[in-house]
Amino acid sequence: MSKKNTKIKIASVELKNPVMTASGTFGSGREYSDFVDLNRLGAIVVKGVADKPWKGNPSPRIAEVYGGMINSVGLQNPGVEHFIKEDIPFLRQFDTKIIVNVCGHSVEEYINVVKRLRGEDIDLIELNISCPNVSEGGMAFGTDKNMVNMVVGEVKKYADKPLIVKLSPNVTDITEIAKAAVDGGADALSLINTLSAMKIDIYRRKPVLERKIGGMSGPAIKPIAVRMVYQVCKCVDVPVIGMGGISNSEDAIEFIMAGATGVSIGTANFNNPYVTMEVIDGIEEYMDKYDIQDLSSIRGIID
Amino acid sequence: MKTVVLAQVLSNKAISGDIGDIYDMTVKAPQIADNAVAGQFVGIYADRDSLLLPRPISICEIEADKGILRFVYQKIGKGTEYFSKLKACDSIKILGPSGNGYMLNDNISEHIIVGGGIGIPPLLELTKRLKGKKSAVLGFRSSSFLVDEFKKYADDVYIASDDGSVGFKGNAVELLKSLKIKGKMIYSCGPRAMLRSLSIYAHQEGIPCQVSMEERMACTIGACVGCSIKIKNDDDWIYKKVCKDGPVFDSEEVIWE
Repeated sequence: MSKKNTKIKIASVELKNPVMTASGTFGSGREYSDFVDLNRLGAIVVKGVADKPWKGNPSPRIAEVYGGMINSVGLQNPGVEHFIKEDIPFLRQFDTKIIVNVCGHSVEEYINVVKRLRGEDIDLIELNISCPNVSEGGMAFGTDKNMVNMVVGEVKKYADKPLIVKLSPNVTDITEIAKAAVDGGADALSLINTLSAMKIDIYRRKPVLERKIGGMSGPAIKPIAVRMVYQVCKCVDVPVIGMGGISNSEDAIEFIMAGATGVSIGTANFNNPYVTMEVIDGIEEYMDKYDIQDLSSIRGIID
Repeated sequence: MKTVVLAQVLSNKAISGDIGDIYDMTVKAPQIADNAVAGQFVGIYADRDSLLLPRPISICEIEADKGILRFVYQKIGKGTEYFSKLKACDSIKILGPSGNGYMLNDNISEHIIVGGGIGIPPLLELTKRLKGKKSAVLGFRSSSFLVDEFKKYADDVYIASDDGSVGFKGNAVELLKSLKIKGKMIYSCGPRAMLRSLSIYAHQEGIPCQVSMEERMACTIGACVGCSIKIKNDDDWIYKKVCKDGPVFDSEEVIWE
């Protein structure tokens, strides 16, 4: 078996393979270390980090739906100080890249986190302007192209690591938002975040989620995500990290053919804690079987 | 250490319940049985593309020497309906053991075990493991289950049912109050309203009380932060995860609202 090249580059950072974890589904990796070898991951994208601890939304926060789930966690997190003290040292034990997902209610809060991360031992920053579960910031920033452009531009001034901007699918034209983020200084894009969704318990005559509306993820949203990744890759020149319902290596390869440089696996971790390893293996097997030396030869091959 | 295993179903049958919806399943899962303790739970997968998430199911009994786990569960949705149809020799994907079990203290000599409905099963393994005098107070909607097995391990077993068809008419906490049972520690699992009134009683009587909580979950292992409940924190409160920080909490810590 000849050595295939699965390496990818996001801005200046080289990842050993394209497989990452989607923010909010993998904690900071600890919970999955019983199941997977974290050293094998291209990168770990950690759960959203804010400038101060966030409590998140009331429970129930989880509703299972056909082929997926809706969550309304609301970015509960212990804050950037805790992240720096507890999670960076843990993650640095492993030979993988650290991507910090940054959340905020305001431009100022995003900047606070990014400033605090200056000089810290991380590799990339992912700016979350697309969470549907917070009433201020989050998706409110990510659905207006002028706002996206402004927020990205402001945050970029303070970031000492390459900036990935995570996009919301809850927009009329995602290419407009993608272009606005790149114009604002995004070094890469990641998409899609969850789709705004709802489930009603007809026996209790109430929404399942306490917050009524949440964000849907899982295999059912994959075709939408593939379409959006495809559209975005056609209109920007920065690397795109594709995600949305990836459950196996075939799904991952589909995103790469749509133009994604890397892929993130989210909800599938809940169904199969070993899935990230299986996707890495499956991509290599596919490359062997079809004699693909480098992923770039299949990336974005769809016209 | 948690693991995911493909467990062989040894038996699975309906065992009463008010509408025949309580099932009793045993599986061979030595990797999980080996390090499980009373009060922990597992995530059982329905193994269908349409049902992605593992169902958190409490462990009713652990036979570590034989590698056997027992679950007594209620058929209540699509996932548990799928489990209810499993037969001996079928296999089922299980993740576990998850969460922290009940805290056991060998210096405590008098125990009060309080269970309500489908919260009763995890208390069986606990009752087996506790040392000293054990009083179990079990509340059902209508018909009872597992009572004879509790009688094997507890000194006294008291029964209540909401409609009075078995034992005391009322719930387990009302029965507990009427009996004035003495004890140094309360262990409980059941509906939130029952746990809430129990915690008030325990507070009044000055008896420490461990409650096993329930919440909707996605991952069952602490990653998704879906199952948070409010826990006191000095003058404020914080969300803690039922799956990882619990499911067993000190009743004094829980904000019941």
